[in-house]
Amino acid sequence: MSAMALTSASLFGLCGAALVGIGLFCIVSHPDLLRRIIGFNILGAGIFLVFGAVARRGAAMELGGDPVPQAMVITGIVVAFAATALAIALLRRLASLTGSATFEAPAAPPRSEP
Amino acid sequence: MSLFWSISLLFDIALVAGLIALALHVVVTRDGRGAILAFIAFGLLLGIGWARLASVDVALTEAAIGGGLTGMLLLRAHAHLARHAAPPPPVAPEPRRWLVPAIACGLVTLALTAVVLAFPQPAPSLAHQAVASLETTGLGNPVTAVLLAYRAIDTLLEKIVLILALVGVWSLSRDAAWGGASQLQPAVVPEPLVFLARVLPPFGVLIAVYEVWVGADLPGGTFQAGTILAAMALLVMLAGLRPAPPTQARALRVMLAGGPALFVLVGFLGVAVAQGFLSYPEAIAKPLIVGIEAALTLSIAGTLALLVAGPPDRAPEP
Repeated sequence: MSAMALTSASLFGLCGAALVGIGLFCIVSHPDLLRRIIGFNILGAGIFLVFGAVARRGAAMELGGDPVPQAMVITGIVVAFAATALAIALLRRLASLTGSATFEAPAAPPRSEP
Repeated sequence: MSLFWSISLLFDIALVAGLIALALHVVVTRDGRGAILAFIAFGLLLGIGWARLASVDVALTEAAIGGGLTGMLLLRAHAHLARHAAPPPPVAPEPRRWLVPAIACGLVTLALTAVVLAFPQPAPSLAHQAVASLETTGLGNPVTAVLLAYRAIDTLLEKIVLILALVGVWSLSRDAAWGGASQLQPAVVPEPLVFLARVLPPFGVLIAVYEVWVGADLPGGTFQAGTILAAMALLVMLAGLRPAPPTQARALRVMLAGGPALFVLVGFLGVAVAQGFLSYPEAIAKPLIVGIEAALTLSIAGTLALLVAGPPDRAPEP
């Protein structure tokens, strides 16, 4: 295990940490629901990258990395895609039914007192 | 050596900076379509990043699914929302709306950074065990061995998740359209798209078959091949050369369920003739695995393509 591979693995691990923060921020703060779904994918990509750093550090037996985390990431990418497809179908249905693609309240019509 | 080291480190730093810049662009831009295009570029860059991490199997999957198929799904959703939904009201960028979430998410990133920097030394690894048992599977690619032999239960459950997601997507169709087909072909089909849809599929099918076969020993495998086949099917349907299949067609449903069903069947066969559920008799391990892979590739391709196509929106023909 060379120092170069270690540095490179840590670098991508740190990148993953940053992407998790960015994706999470997008999910909790963006009013547009489609953008939140993209944020969910960025969050997932960040988690997978942290896993990728773990895999790269586990290089041994002339393999470039530990195959177990790599296989789990492949499974994860496919499951994340399935979740995204379902979320998008829900969003399209929501837009067809309500004419809105956000959970934000419409621009403040004055509320009548009961 | 040191020059090579600094160049490759420089490349990695540029790659990471590009990834973070694109992710930030997705969050801050007001242009919805621009955000999706940035995300597609992000997926392709991430594929290069996975190749830099010496995970070529993951790189292929990320580029095909993370960038390609997800990008197409998002673009179609964006076009649909532009037709059916009012644009979201412009939100005044008040600091109190984003300051607290930003600080909280920053803390999450800081905690993860600490975790990454505190990884144990020497790193734990299952590479030894994975390589040591490789002979009993007859495979040469340890990642495929993990996916289809050592941790086959994960892969089996994932296939079932895919089918469940498809059932979920179909169940969102209007009552009248249940069992019908999705409308993928746009009103005006650009000529270059028709040309590509005629020229590319033969190559795509060839590459997919090659990837399934070579995946036993080299990077590649069912997911990557299934995604390529799905892309080819979508291309043909988008160009209008063939309509999307009606979702009630018996042949289609048999194809979708066939891969996981064969997987479960072989799994229970393992109880009878080998050590337990999902364990293969050593003599025929490789033919069994390649057979499962072939059936899975077809059902993955069908499931992925139909997930992108979305719920059926035309009533079935009687």
